[in-house]
Amino acid sequence: MDSPPQAALQLAGVSKNFGPVAALRSGSLTVQPGSIHALVGENGAGKSTLVKIVAGVHRRDGGDFFLDGQAVDFGSTAESKAAGIAVIYQEPTLFPDLSVTENIFMGRQILGRMRRIDKATMYREAGKLFQGLGVHIDPRRPALGLSIADQQIIEIAKAISLDAKVLIMDEPTAALSGVEVERLFTVARRLRDEGRALVFISHRFDEVFDLCDAVTVMRDGSYIGTRPIAETTVTEMVNLMVGREVADLFPKQDTDIGDVVLKVEGLQSAGVFHDVSFTVRRGEIVGLAGLVGAGRSEIARAVFGVDRYDSGTVSMSGTAVPARNPRAAIRSGMAFIPEDRRKQGLVTDASVAENIAGVIRRGLAKGGLLTKAQENRAVAPWAARLEVKTSSLDAPAKTMSGGNQQKVVIAKWLATKPDLLIIDEPTRGIDVGTKSEVHRLLSELAGQGLAILMISSELPEVLGMADRVLVVSEGRLTADLTREQATPETVMHAATASSGSQEMAR
Amino acid sequence: MTHTTTDEGTALLLEPSALPARTRLLKTLLRSRELSVAIVLLIVVAAAAIKSPDFVVSSDGWRDLLLTPTILLLLAAGQTVVIITRNVDLSVGSILGLSAWLTGELFMAHPGLPPVLAFVIGSAAGAGLGLINGVVVAYGKVPALVITLGTQYIFRGIVLTWAGSSLISASQMPDRFLKLGTAQIFTIPVLFIIAMVIVVAVGYYLQTARSGRELYAVGSDPEAAVLYGLPVNRRVVGAFILSGALAGLAGVVFAARYGTVNSSAGTGIEFQAVAAAVVGGVAIFGGSGTAWGAAIGAGLLMTINSALPMVGISDFWQQALVGALIIAAIVLDRVLAARQARKLIEARDES
Repeated sequence: MDSPPQAALQLAGVSKNFGPVAALRSGSLTVQPGSIHALVGENGAGKSTLVKIVAGVHRRDGGDFFLDGQAVDFGSTAESKAAGIAVIYQEPTLFPDLSVTENIFMGRQILGRMRRIDKATMYREAGKLFQGLGVHIDPRRPALGLSIADQQIIEIAKAISLDAKVLIMDEPTAALSGVEVERLFTVARRLRDEGRALVFISHRFDEVFDLCDAVTVMRDGSYIGTRPIAETTVTEMVNLMVGREVADLFPKQDTDIGDVVLKVEGLQSAGVFHDVSFTVRRGEIVGLAGLVGAGRSEIARAVFGVDRYDSGTVSMSGTAVPARNPRAAIRSGMAFIPEDRRKQGLVTDASVAENIAGVIRRGLAKGGLLTKAQENRAVAPWAARLEVKTSSLDAPAKTMSGGNQQKVVIAKWLATKPDLLIIDEPTRGIDVGTKSEVHRLLSELAGQGLAILMISSELPEVLGMADRVLVVSEGRLTADLTREQATPETVMHAATASSGSQEMAR
Repeated sequence: MTHTTTDEGTALLLEPSALPARTRLLKTLLRSRELSVAIVLLIVVAAAAIKSPDFVVSSDGWRDLLLTPTILLLLAAGQTVVIITRNVDLSVGSILGLSAWLTGELFMAHPGLPPVLAFVIGSAAGAGLGLINGVVVAYGKVPALVITLGTQYIFRGIVLTWAGSSLISASQMPDRFLKLGTAQIFTIPVLFIIAMVIVVAVGYYLQTARSGRELYAVGSDPEAAVLYGLPVNRRVVGAFILSGALAGLAGVVFAARYGTVNSSAGTGIEFQAVAAAVVGGVAIFGGSGTAWGAAIGAGLLMTINSALPMVGISDFWQQALVGALIIAAIVLDRVLAARQARKLIEARDES
C-alpha cells in the first residue's frame, strides 16, 4: 500500500475494538486531494467506524492515520474539525429553532462593533455560500422543516466556511430524491474541482460510477482493495464486497405456505409512506428491504399501531385491527420486535424470566399477585426452546450477549402465542456466529406456521431468508419479488428507484 | 428564483429575505408573542382603569403598577436564560429569601454599608448558589428539575436555620437603603428602572452575543450542540449563575421594597417566574423565547393579580385565570409550532 506522500487523507491498518467486538480489524484508505473517493461495503463492514475515527468520535486502537502527510490522532470532533475534516452525516443534526445562517456560523459568528454579532454580514456570507454551491435557500429561514437534502447542503456550506480540506459524506443520498441527488453531485464535483478531497459512502453503484474517481472496498472490518473507477465493474465490486456465496449462510427451510394472516391495504401516512398494500401468509417469511430511511420501520410501527396513519386498513386473519392501539394489535395476534432491542424491547436490568414474562404477565397473576415461581414456570419452556444460554433465568438480561438478548426478546413475544411476528433488523449488532442461530430460529418458527415480516438492511439476510421480498423506496413499495426473482440486482434496483420512475418491478 | 408562494405567513418562514427589510421587521413584530402579550397587558390595565381610575392615574397607583412586578421581572429574565437551555431553576425563590435575609443581616452588622455594595453582595451570593446548581446539572447530568427542587429546600433550610422565627424590620435597616424602595425619577420608581435595565441587557445579550446564541443552540438540540463543539456544560453553568445572580439581586430589591424580611421571603415565587416566562413565549423545551417576552409575561401576571380585585373578581377566579393563561400559552405554543412545521413541510412537498 505505498501511495504518494501528498495524499490528503491516509489511513493504514487502522483497528478499533468495542469490548470484545472488533468493529474494525484493518481499515485502510488513501484519498488524493481534488478527487472523490468511494468507500463501499456491506452494512457492518466497518465503514462507519472508519469514518468516526477520522471524525474524532472514536480513537483508533492501532494503525496509522495521516492528514496531508502529517501523523494525527484526534481525541474529539473539535480537533478533527480544526484540522480541516468535515463529516456530512446521512441525517444532519441542525438546531431547528435557529436560522440556517446561525446554524452555519454557530460558535464562530461574525462579530461587529463591541463584539456584538453582525447579523447583516452573516446573512450576506451565508447567501454567498449558497450561491457558490448553486442552491437557493433563504439564509433567514429557520432550519425547521428543511428537507434532508437541504440540511446536508447546510452542513456542506458549514464545511466550506470552515475551509474543510477533507469532506466525508456518509450515505448522503440514502434519503434523497433523484433531483436532490443530482444537485448534491453538482456541488460535490464543484468542491473536487476546488482541490478538496471527498469521501463518498454509498450503497448505490450507479452513483459510485457516476461520481467517483476511485473506490475502496471493505468487508468484515478489513480493507479488501482499491480500484480506479475506470478500471473496475459492478460485478467486480460486488464480488469484492460479498466475497462469499449468499445462499450458503442463511438456510431457509421450505415450508407449506398457508392462509393470509396479515393483510395491509392502502396504508398511508403523509410524508412518511404512501399507498402500502401487502399480505403475509402462515409459514411465510416476508422480507421488507430498502435503504435506511426508506420508511420500512415506519410502516411496521404503523401496522403494529405504535405510529398513526392517515388512511388504509390493517387486518389479521380477516379481522380489522384498530389503528394506534398496540394492545389491540397484540390481542389480534401480532408481535413486534423493534430494531433497538436494548431501548425498546428489553429491560436490561430485569432478569431473563421477568423479560420473557413481560407481555403475558397479566395472565400469570393469581388473585392479583405474581410470584417468581409462577414466572419462572411460565417462561422456562420458551427459554429452553430457544436455547437461551444463560446460567439462570434470574440473571439480569444485560449480562448476556447480543445474540442471546435477541433470543430473549423473541421468547418474550412467542410467549404471547402470536400468529404474526414483525421483526426489525433481527441480527443488527449480533456477532457473525450467533447470527446464523437467529436465522435458524426464525426459519424454524416459520416452519411451525408462524407468519414473519422481517425488516432487514442486510441484503444477504433478506435474500437468504425471505420467501418473498417487498422493497420500499421513499415510502412506497417498489417491488414484490418471489424468492426466485430476488437477486442483489433486482432488490437494489427497486430500492434505489426514485419517485420519478415509479414502476412496480414484478 | 421564482417563488409563487401566495401565503404571506409562509413567505415569512421560507423566504424572509424576499420581503423588503421594513415589511419583514413589521411582520415579525406583528406576529411576535411579545406584542400579543403586551396587548393583553394593556387591556387588563385599561379595564381596571375604567373601573377605578386610581389604579393608574393616582401617584400611588402608578407607582404600585410599576413596582409590583419589579421583583418578578428580574426572576423571569433569569428563568428565561435557564429555560432557553432546556433546563429550569426552581431554587430562585429560596435564593431570593437567602439574599434578602443576608441583606438585612449585613445592614444590622454594618449600618454604614453603601446600598450599592448590598446589591453587589446579594447578586454575588446568588451567583454562588447558581454555580452550585449549574455544576451539578451540567456535570452530574442530573435533570435540572430534580436538582433545583432539591436545592430549593436546602437553600430555604439555610434561611430557616439562620433566621429562625425572627424578623428584620424597617427600623433595623438604614433609611438611605429603604428610600430606594420608594424613590422615583420622573415618577418612575428607581427599582423598576434597575429591573428594566437588566431585562433589556439580558435580552440584548441573548440576541447579540456568541455565548447568548449558544444558549439557544444548546436548548434547541443538546446533542447537535455537542457535535458542533460548543462548550455545552459551560453554557449551562453560566445560565444558572446568571439566574442565581438575578435572584440574589431580587432578594436585595425585596428588602429595599418591603423593609421587612423573614425566613419565608420569596416562597413559591419560582413558579411565578416559570409561569411568566412561559406566558411570555419562552418555549418550555428550550431553544426559543426572549427575556423581553418573559418580562412582559411577568408584568401581566402581577398586574392581573392586582387588577382583578378592582374589577370585582374573586380570589378563586384570579388563581384560575392565571392557570388558564399558562395552559393557554403552552397550548398556543404547541398549536403554532405544529402549524409552522406543517407549513414548512407542505411547502417542501410542493417544491
